[in-house]
Amino acid sequence: MLSFILRRLLVAIPTIILISIFVFALQKLLPGDPVLAMAGEERDPATIEFLREKYRLNDPLPVQYFTWIGNALIGDLGISLRTNQPVLELIGEKLPVTIQLATMAMIFALVIGIPAGILSAIKKGTVTDYIANVVALSGLSIPNFWLGIMLILLVSVKWQLLPASGYVPFDEDPLRSIQVMIMPAFVLGTALAATLMRHTRSAMLTVLTSDYVRTARAKGLKERRVILKHAFRNALTPIVTLSALLFGELIAGAVLTEQIFTVPGFGKLIVDAVFNRDYAVVQGIVLVTAVGFIVMNLFADVAYVLLNPRLRKQ
Amino acid sequence: MVTPSTTSAPLLDVRALSLGFGASQTDLLKGLRYSVAPGETLCIVGESGCGKSVSSLAIMGLLPKGAATITEADIQFRGAPYDLSDTAALRRHRGADIAMIFQEPMTSLNPAFRVGDQIAEAVRAHRPVSEAQARDRAVEMLGRVGIPAPEARMSEYPHQLSGGMRQRVMIAMALANDPALLIADEPTTALDVTIQSQILDLIRDLQAETGMGTIMITHDLGVVAEIADKVAVMYAGTIVESGPAEAIFNDPQHPYTIGLMSSMPRLTGPRERLATVPGTVPTIETMPKGCRFSTRCPFAQPLCAEEPPSRDFGGGHHALCHFAPLNDWLEPG
Repeated sequence: MLSFILRRLLVAIPTIILISIFVFALQKLLPGDPVLAMAGEERDPATIEFLREKYRLNDPLPVQYFTWIGNALIGDLGISLRTNQPVLELIGEKLPVTIQLATMAMIFALVIGIPAGILSAIKKGTVTDYIANVVALSGLSIPNFWLGIMLILLVSVKWQLLPASGYVPFDEDPLRSIQVMIMPAFVLGTALAATLMRHTRSAMLTVLTSDYVRTARAKGLKERRVILKHAFRNALTPIVTLSALLFGELIAGAVLTEQIFTVPGFGKLIVDAVFNRDYAVVQGIVLVTAVGFIVMNLFADVAYVLLNPRLRKQ
Repeated sequence: MVTPSTTSAPLLDVRALSLGFGASQTDLLKGLRYSVAPGETLCIVGESGCGKSVSSLAIMGLLPKGAATITEADIQFRGAPYDLSDTAALRRHRGADIAMIFQEPMTSLNPAFRVGDQIAEAVRAHRPVSEAQARDRAVEMLGRVGIPAPEARMSEYPHQLSGGMRQRVMIAMALANDPALLIADEPTTALDVTIQSQILDLIRDLQAETGMGTIMITHDLGVVAEIADKVAVMYAGTIVESGPAEAIFNDPQHPYTIGLMSSMPRLTGPRERLATVPGTVPTIETMPKGCRFSTRCPFAQPLCAEEPPSRDFGGGHHALCHFAPLNDWLEPG
């Protein structure tokens, strides 16, 4: 198992290198000069030259790349051109927010999506299945921003049940922190719940017609046990894989949702950075996100092996 | 071959079983009738698609949802009515006093669980025993079905076992609660020939030990000749002939049975082309009126469009044919 994880990590290295080159190149190809943005209206050549020198923008591109990646390896992702804060520090501030949001959204998605998927599989072709599918399709088609705005209008403005926006750190006041984040998490979670529901349904449908489920029934097991143990256990593999990937996507940023609910997370940080041409921040975020995504992928792979006795022994 | 005492009360007595399919409720199974006594082996023989598996799945209450509906069922089990519509009662019978093993040992075990746990689970489903007791029973059963080092095998997963071993595990699981009746649906079809006879011997030995009745579903007349006390020959959802194995082999009366017998390869006698039954089984849409075999029968007459009567030849030997006994008609030729 350990060697499997190490092997997977080794495979991840070239992926990360490729992503870093790609991110770096894309930044350089984009129109707009950060130094001009920083220098402001005057465009004093001396200032510009000073800034270029300071941020080593006069170096050849490969040198710039290796400087950046070399520093990144020792935990230095550079300094925000805008706030002069270290990028790593910025990310460190925002990451817990986004992780909390992603976790809560994922809980919503799992709690709604999996039971709905199981139910619609065992009730295939009935009204229950039909309703579940319509709801799932709506969940997928309703844009997050619309659902978010509607929730704010109803729950916050009209009924005044939950705060419309903001953020309270979890370690400061856990209850309040969760309360503030319920709505954005719900908005993100419902869309994922729909995806999860569809996948759970199809995985369960495949498994329910298998010979071993028939064997479980032939043993005289209660139908509940047949479905939740024998069938669901085998349907779990694709569900876990998908969940890990979905979680990775959530970390990568729920840009719109964070904007609507003014959650100071990753999504908001990246949007601000792009608008301000804050190269270092954009590069840093994309790199961290990519690594996060690869880690989630690794989790998915490990879970896949753990869930499958046929792969475990190798 | 053991001749069962004809006086013993049947364990499972299927007096009538019909299944309808689709909107028209066409008979998928039509008026099935057979019985098994304790210690007896009934072989249900027929080509694939004749309904032999479906009939036993119906008795187990394991028909896939929406596949077919039971239109007629008059069944007695151990002298009491056996109600196919009572799903809760069927579940209590399943794996307790009626057990079933299947054709596909490779896929019939759950790949995610250890074989020992799967057997112990069957015990716990019907008996109020502790986990440790269920485990002991599972080890004992693995030993009884001839798996070496049963204690060590308990913690293996199905993929670590060969097909023959997996079928042994299935048998151990099926017999864990000492069922009175075992339904074996082509248990040897997917196995190598050498393993086939081992599994048949095992079933026969266990049957002698426990006195359970067995319904063996097969298309293999070799298997039938080896283990059957009684035979029911199925064709297109009907039992066309049934009776003691000797009567069916030595004195077949239905043209389909005769065709089946002559399609069996023999080692003795002159070498000749294997006889076949011409044509194919009619589909549910093209099912002829009256005798269902009439489309392929060499003796078919206009009369065959009417429901064939069940002719009794004594000793429990019946055939569903207008022209049985055939000898009366074949005399000159």
